[in-house]
Amino acid sequence: MTNAPGGPDPTGAPGSRGDRASGRSGYLDGASSEPLHPAARETLLAALDQGYADPRRLHGPARSARLLLDNAREVVASLLGARPDEVSFTPSGTDAVHRGLLGLWRGRSRQGSSVVHSAVEHSAVLHAADWAGAERVSVPVDVLGRLDLGAFAAAAGAPGVAVAAVQSASHEVGTVQPVAEAARAAGEVPLFVDACASAGRLDLPEGWAAAAASAHKWGGPAGVGVLLVRKGARWRNPFPGDDRVDERTTGFENVPAALAAAAALQAVVAERAVVADRQRRLVDRLRTAAAALPDVEVVGDPEDRLPHLVTFSCLYVDGEALVTELDRRGFGVASGSACTAATMTPSHVLEAMGVLTHGNVRVSVGRGTRPEDVEELCRVLPEVVAGLRAQVGL
Amino acid sequence: MTKPVARELDCRGMLCPRPIIELARHIDSVPVGSVLAVVATDVAARTDVPAWCRMRAQEYLGAEPAGDGGTRYLVRRVS
Repeated sequence: MTNAPGGPDPTGAPGSRGDRASGRSGYLDGASSEPLHPAARETLLAALDQGYADPRRLHGPARSARLLLDNAREVVASLLGARPDEVSFTPSGTDAVHRGLLGLWRGRSRQGSSVVHSAVEHSAVLHAADWAGAERVSVPVDVLGRLDLGAFAAAAGAPGVAVAAVQSASHEVGTVQPVAEAARAAGEVPLFVDACASAGRLDLPEGWAAAAASAHKWGGPAGVGVLLVRKGARWRNPFPGDDRVDERTTGFENVPAALAAAAALQAVVAERAVVADRQRRLVDRLRTAAAALPDVEVVGDPEDRLPHLVTFSCLYVDGEALVTELDRRGFGVASGSACTAATMTPSHVLEAMGVLTHGNVRVSVGRGTRPEDVEELCRVLPEVVAGLRAQVGL
Repeated sequence: MTKPVARELDCRGMLCPRPIIELARHIDSVPVGSVLAVVATDVAARTDVPAWCRMRAQEYLGAEPAGDGGTRYLVRRVS
């Protein structure tokens, strides 16, 4: 509309309007947040008019809201392999992680106080344990980012352990963790599973006492986390209680968003086989293209991994410059390099794996990513990397 | 330390990937078999010097504290 006619934005500016008009999607950061699934949008719009009332009240509109909330809970429970009374909707995935981990931790206060966790957990796990003042025992991973099960068993078996945490799969490098084996190795110590990166994409692994997921990672709206607490697990609210429908969470329920999250999950699980297969092929193509570049290391397990993401590091390249240059060419990707982080420290995940932390990018394909989008990235990647190296004389 | 250092690069104050770029530029300035040291304050060097050695088939010998808050990373040129 305000764009001059005559084709794509000549500056190639971020989110270039020309690209969008031609249908090309350079958004390759679905692992950070998926665009809203069409099924979620439809449900959300319908539910906005029906799910506004307080689901705790006893009048008609409240009963409607309550019905929608219970419906969302049942759908999510059945898709994640849980019972409805094991599901709580939280204000975010991060909040679900905090509540899941610390609730188990509090429930075991008589048995111990330390938290055993894989070295590659999301920072939400590490922050939660630090906030609680718990001693943290970090268990190493191998160069692919996979948990050292022997070391994990030894750490979980030590006296004074309250809870252990192992993610279902790495949000940063895609490696799937041996959660069921870890749960067996943990014995009586309850296992918290952060499933935010994999929920909807892979079945939730067995063995969790509590687990967390995040709707915007599977195409639901932001602001909806899912906390699962296994029936019989000792869980005590680590935060102030709230007299709501669900005693494990807090605040006025966002009923329309919860229902939209459930609708998105249902759609994503239904189309999963087809989408994951397509994403796997796109990621394989990217892995091959990145690995063919000189002095580039593709990280994470090549086989046992999330279907939709690939991470690689380029020697001598500044991560921020790489992300910025790709953005200039219309591609949105993430990075774990120090210069791209608010803390100016490299990703603790890459560090724990012992892989190169600079020149790092994570590319994640969405359900709408097409082969030509990936081909275009594969085409420009060599010249982008070579160009940045040339700037430093290498 | 007992390992004789043929040359030391002062990369204090440089941010990643600068210390690694300096390492790559100067590795050929020491003879095969001898040690090049990189002193860096950037925390990424802790991971990136060993990773560079693995990717470029050089030998990482370890790290030790250096002055001014830096860390000295020792690399033996093997090729």
